[in-house]
Amino acid sequence: MSILVNKETRVITQGITGSQGLFHTKQAIEYGTKVVGGVTPGKGGTTVEGVPVFDTVEQAVRATGANASVIYVPAPFAADAIMEAVDAGLDLVICITEGIPVLDMVKVKRFMEGKHTRLIGPNCPGVITPGECKIGIMPGYIHKPGRVGVVSRSGTLTYEAVYQLTVRGIGQSTAVGIGGDPVKGTEFIDVLKMFNDDPDTEAVIMIGEIGGTAEEQAAEWIRDHMTKPVVGFIAGATAPPGRRMGHAGAIVSGGSGTAASKIQKMQECGIRVAPTPSEMGSTLYEVLQERGLLSRCLSE
Amino acid sequence: MNIHEYQAKQVLAQYGVAVPKGKVAFTVDEAVAIAKELGGQAVVKAQIHAGGRGKAGGVKLARSLDEVAQHARDLLGKTLVTHQTGPQGRVVRRLLIEQLTDIDKEYYIGLVIDRNAGRVVMMASAEGGMEIEEVAARHPEKIFRETVDPAVGLLPFQARNLAFSIGIPGPLVNKAVKFMLGLYQCFVDKDCSVAEINPLVVTRDGDVMALDAKINFDDNALFRHPELAELRDLDEEDPKEVEASKYGLSYIALDGNIGCMVNGAGLAMATMDTIKHYGGQPANFLDVGGGASEEKVTQAFRIILSDPNVQGILVNIFGGIMKCDVIANGVVAAARQVGLDKPLVVRLEGTNVALGKQILNESGLNIVAADSLAEAAQRIVALVGGNKGEVR
Repeated sequence: MSILVNKETRVITQGITGSQGLFHTKQAIEYGTKVVGGVTPGKGGTTVEGVPVFDTVEQAVRATGANASVIYVPAPFAADAIMEAVDAGLDLVICITEGIPVLDMVKVKRFMEGKHTRLIGPNCPGVITPGECKIGIMPGYIHKPGRVGVVSRSGTLTYEAVYQLTVRGIGQSTAVGIGGDPVKGTEFIDVLKMFNDDPDTEAVIMIGEIGGTAEEQAAEWIRDHMTKPVVGFIAGATAPPGRRMGHAGAIVSGGSGTAASKIQKMQECGIRVAPTPSEMGSTLYEVLQERGLLSRCLSE
Repeated sequence: MNIHEYQAKQVLAQYGVAVPKGKVAFTVDEAVAIAKELGGQAVVKAQIHAGGRGKAGGVKLARSLDEVAQHARDLLGKTLVTHQTGPQGRVVRRLLIEQLTDIDKEYYIGLVIDRNAGRVVMMASAEGGMEIEEVAARHPEKIFRETVDPAVGLLPFQARNLAFSIGIPGPLVNKAVKFMLGLYQCFVDKDCSVAEINPLVVTRDGDVMALDAKINFDDNALFRHPELAELRDLDEEDPKEVEASKYGLSYIALDGNIGCMVNGAGLAMATMDTIKHYGGQPANFLDVGGGASEEKVTQAFRIILSDPNVQGILVNIFGGIMKCDVIANGVVAAARQVGLDKPLVVRLEGTNVALGKQILNESGLNIVAADSLAEAAQRIVALVGGNKGEVR
């Protein structure tokens, strides 16, 4: 099993005719993802990469029975695209787009209240259940089906963690990039809950970064509720305060959101924190060994 | 994007937020002319993109035009060091010449985005003039908050709640409410990320006004605010950062001697952390982004090397969708083009990694290839002599 996406997930691409949408749709199809359609207003009735294109999300959902969408729409129009997908009743919306104004996301979150759709992102690499379904921009081949969950605010750092696991023979149940923006659809705790409830996830790697207090809150939740071991890493120990480090959400302000405070909180809550990003895989390996979970987590 | 206090006050005034009368001066003569219009007395305020100006001697009271001229002469061209500028300080190039305000009491009003709520929050405190972080740490009970529902905006009753909570005198509550509603409208209309009025003052003649104002705009929203572009002051930014932004590179100058070029913000931060872990000091944060073309890599090299403190470069690329051979070609071409004469360690991982390493090895350039981030960091730290870097 896995969380969020699997081989039954039926995906549409919003912004399918743009260069990003087109490229990653092709990659997803090659990986084996069930891409059932795409949406670009004004391009309805055409076909791209062998899948039908629709003018609206509603039409696409009605015609294809899609239950998930991935958004590659440019930032100025991305919030509208998310809300269109939510309105069409999709279960899962994954927004890859980077650079959405934060007040647009404030509106999106308000719009989503009381609706059942789960939003992942924006400004994220996407979600992959190795061997079954890849939705997003991550390189598929570094992943390996298995039993360790990965959740991260960063894209390439997720790849780094996944790769370190794969070369050690440890596969992944699902890898989730929640994104680097301050206001987003899904937080660490949401994903941790899902991994905790997933019978086929044995342990989790959680990768955070400076800014906000989501890691601290997640650490407390882990201490109080998580039955599975969690290994962590926090990027940005050397980041100067008051500067936005690439991601809109990665900023230490007013002395809060530092790497040191996050690491301390995580350690207090029983999370083993990798001292350097090169040691995310080996730290998890050690923990699996200590807990007697290693043999179950080594994939063929 | 940050702007100056005088610009923030101009923007706020458009929304009916009361601010003291005043104008910006670039020269001593302009300063005197403005003070004359204000009646001869004025406050002379250094305009830099940093707080703590008062304590650093950047705000002066002038009782006569001679004093205005004297203060303006002293401040213009002066390097002001505050707790927010770093030890290098900032050169004062602009002054705000403002009318004297007869202050009765100072308060704090701020608007921020609350990540947990995913909403805008207005904060208010009677501890005006103090930094809000300090108040939050010592007396969290003295900060009052109202979370705004974006569907309806800040409501008058919420503003009244705040005004009464912080003890705005009864007869002035309506003025305070108008002030807060204007501030909120400005925040959402202009896509601010922070708007802070510290202090908000009640004057002896019964006005409620912003004595100081700090506004930051959401960089992601600047595309829909062309009117804000002219408020940008390039003198306040690191020229390397300005140059990098032209090429879509995310660059932040730091104090160390090891230049870094990485794809992805998280990995870029993690690379800096690893360099530090092994005893080195990163010279910069640089995210070349997902589609690191040869052009981008070349520009990134040029910008990194324009920092005279850089004694070596670490390139760390996790080639996912980007293939390693393409990146290797970009690195080699860029190194040749800029005539690289400093140690270069490259760590490539991902698609076509063997081919990428081969290209680096066969380039004839002095490039050290590393297999892991840890190895790469150790190599570059050793190559620059384990020098801890100089603090600029």
